[in-house]
Amino acid sequence: MSTTSTSSPLAAPRDPYKRQKTTRSNYELYSWVFMRASGVVLIVLIFGHLFVNLMVGEGVHAIDFGFVAGKWASPFWQVWDLLMLWLAMIHGTNGVRTIINDYAQRDGTRLVLKGALYLAFVVVTVLGTLVVFTFDPCPPNALDYQLPSFCFTGRP
Amino acid sequence: MTATLEAPVGSEKTEVGAVPSFEVTIKLRRYNPESEHGEDAYWEEYTVLAHGTDRVLDALHKIKWEHDGSLTFRRSCAHGICGSDAMRINGRNRLACKTLLKDVNPNKPITVEPIKGLPVIKDLVVDMEPFFASYREIMPFLITSGNEPSKERLQSAEQRERFDDTTKCILCAACTSSCPVFWTDGQYFGPAAIVNAHRFIFDSRDEGAAQRLEILNDKEGVWRCRTTFNCTEACPRGIEVTKAIQEVKRAMITRAF
Repeated sequence: MSTTSTSSPLAAPRDPYKRQKTTRSNYELYSWVFMRASGVVLIVLIFGHLFVNLMVGEGVHAIDFGFVAGKWASPFWQVWDLLMLWLAMIHGTNGVRTIINDYAQRDGTRLVLKGALYLAFVVVTVLGTLVVFTFDPCPPNALDYQLPSFCFTGRP
Repeated sequence: MTATLEAPVGSEKTEVGAVPSFEVTIKLRRYNPESEHGEDAYWEEYTVLAHGTDRVLDALHKIKWEHDGSLTFRRSCAHGICGSDAMRINGRNRLACKTLLKDVNPNKPITVEPIKGLPVIKDLVVDMEPFFASYREIMPFLITSGNEPSKERLQSAEQRERFDDTTKCILCAACTSSCPVFWTDGQYFGPAAIVNAHRFIFDSRDEGAAQRLEILNDKEGVWRCRTTFNCTEACPRGIEVTKAIQEVKRAMITRAF
């Protein structure tokens, strides 16, 4: 009447359980609210970015070095892109952080994954911020044919 | 779910009013460290004769009483009130005493496993201590201040209605053990604890709401809920568990801002 099989690998039934100490703080609350708020702002920023880059004027064909350089010459687009970079990076990093928390079963795995995540966040954010602020469309030592036309308007 | 017998399984020609009988195979996930299987869990199949009105619990009884007395499971009232026999039937958490065999396709073997995420003691019996530990943490009792009144603490019908849904909990752990976040490391408070906190947080007679919100405003508290709705689907009492969790979240946000 009864048949038995142990072929499929089953988890050890007597894994020990211990509840860690309490970790009460408003951190997760603020992070939850931030995800909602930044999500709404990002919708406006990203679709505004896509509209201006792909639809307005010549659309996607207008994008080249000069187009980006022209945008970043204006403080408005500098702030727009900087905001987009920071919000997207924090939003995304926080999302991946929660996914790591949910799926990593061992503390060691969690630590390594989160370390890699935060390193990637710092590298991208710092580099991106640096580019947005220090971008010079007409670097002094560049060859002429590499530069956009507006670099020559003031020259004799 | 109303128990209507549309197509009697097994016997095509049954008398009017007669209960059809059929063979059903139960595939049990068993664990008994004192058996030859040692620390390994294993599957065991039993085929028993069941009736159209039988529940999964009746089939388990038949196995235990007529085939293998070593099978171990919890059950007390057997009528969906005590919350002892929550188990994973065909991959979903249900009460064995509320699940009719004909509703879980008796033509194929019905898998019965212990609920997930809690340590198994034997066969379908799990250690409920972690579950009750987080239940105790949210202080599931009335907290008031001042002198005890000489009569009842009065409450309007509307005030009672506010938390009516979450009073239905029978602490069977079907919701908590269906939650993928709880499966990961068992540190999450779990839907059941939050439902029982909700029952007091929104009770007009209770004054401990701030303390309970503070307890659940934990890294492992309500913010780990990913709204997958597994708990709402699993609840044998039909409590809107995910909704209750979101209401607790909202209460925390309105308190913080």
